Amino acid sequence: MKKLFLSVIGLYLGILAAFSQYSKAVDSAQFKPRKLSFEEANIISSYYRQDGNNSAVTGGIGTEQLNDYSGIIQLKLHAWDGRNRKHTLDLELGVDHYTSASSDKIDPKTISSASHADTRIYPSATWTKENEQKGSSFSLGGSYSHEFDYNSFGADISFSQKTKNKSGEFTVKAQAYLDNLKLIYPIELVPASTSAASSSGGHGVNYPTAGRNSFSGSLSYSQIVNQRLQLILLLDAIYQQGYLSLPFHRVYFNNGTEQVENLPGTRLKIPVGFRLNYFAGDNLIFRTYYRYYHDDWDLDAHTFNLETSIKFTPFVSLTPFYRYYTQTAIKYFAAYQAHKTTDQYYSSNYDLSTFNSHFFGAGIRLVPPKGVFQLEHFNMLELRYGHYTKNNGMNSDIVSLNLKFK
Amino acid sequence: MKKNKQTKIIGTVTISIAAAALISSCSPVKEYQKSRLNDGEMVLGNRKVEKTELSFQSYREGASGANAGKSGGGCGCN
Repeated sequence: MKKLFLSVIGLYLGILAAFSQYSKAVDSAQFKPRKLSFEEANIISSYYRQDGNNSAVTGGIGTEQLNDYSGIIQLKLHAWDGRNRKHTLDLELGVDHYTSASSDKIDPKTISSASHADTRIYPSATWTKENEQKGSSFSLGGSYSHEFDYNSFGADISFSQKTKNKSGEFTVKAQAYLDNLKLIYPIELVPASTSAASSSGGHGVNYPTAGRNSFSGSLSYSQIVNQRLQLILLLDAIYQQGYLSLPFHRVYFNNGTEQVENLPGTRLKIPVGFRLNYFAGDNLIFRTYYRYYHDDWDLDAHTFNLETSIKFTPFVSLTPFYRYYTQTAIKYFAAYQAHKTTDQYYSSNYDLSTFNSHFFGAGIRLVPPKGVFQLEHFNMLELRYGHYTKNNGMNSDIVSLNLKFK
Repeated sequence: MKKNKQTKIIGTVTISIAAAALISSCSPVKEYQKSRLNDGEMVLGNRKVEKTELSFQSYREGASGANAGKSGGGCGCN
């Protein structure tokens, strides 16, 4: 009896010990925050300047001088739910301030008007739910953009699914932008029916407005090919409808008269592209990108991009890059004083003309293990410069900085 | 016009063949073999520092999309 009693006690104590071991193992292996926790933050800022001699505001001739200062803050938060699914919240706030010599010419009689500068503010938020076991994720996003003459509300939804062996991933995304723009006409072309006494972009004036909607669907498939190579295929379809011209773009006809740019009310765009990244040896990464684009305004374009990452150490890399772009003009484009008055649609916007461009530069990326400048949470610093030049004379420079904190 | 159509067909066929050849040559990669694939610069997307570059390209060029940047709308651009 004593033996049986002691055996039962021993068995009971053994079961208790095994249970406590199991609980500890579960807690330490599966602890994940249930409340939203900080994951990372990025600050991205840039300075952009450009110049050229084909401003659309002055009918395809005149200065395209412009300076843009941009700042973006991104915040990433995450949490896990009771079913071990990761929820991520991406918040972003961007501000652009630009000054433009060409938009100052909306009212050419003034030395400088309010239209010579503007500020755009664009917040956005995206929520993603990821199931690591099933290899699937779902996300919803919303965005808003505001500048003096343009407002935009955007929304998107996407779904991703990894293949069984987790080496491939399909993604489907749908996006919509519902935009509204103020019709700020060149001073001499303001319709008599509008109440806008001045079209110099002044505040306090009641401008007429027009809508522009954009709907897009995207498909992508990424695949790990081997230990050093992976690629992604991308296909978009974009449909735009509404006021697709810009009201302050002038067009001069071959008889000397002028009008506001007039483009069709719909546009269908089909870009298709792929990226291929290859890790060569121990210190070199090749990042390539190609895109073919076609739309129903007859614009065809090819984009080639090659970037190499030269890793001096695992924490310091130099990234020279080169991008070549070529496009054919839309069927509604003609140069200054080349349009006929019988043309139904007309534009002298050289961004829609035939041209090719080169964009080249380099960046430096620092990811020291103890933090940039020995600051523990300052995870990464990336600085990048690029020079852009078109064969029609337009050229620009951009310097960008990204600071990451974890 | 004929040259444009030929270019489109050649471009599409080339991409399709290249993609099919690459995908069919895939070999399985275990998690512990993914050290190079998981490098921060092997990500199949634009760097964050390129964000404003994508923006000026969408303003200054007629083409957009298929690059995770603006595909149309949301701005007073093409």
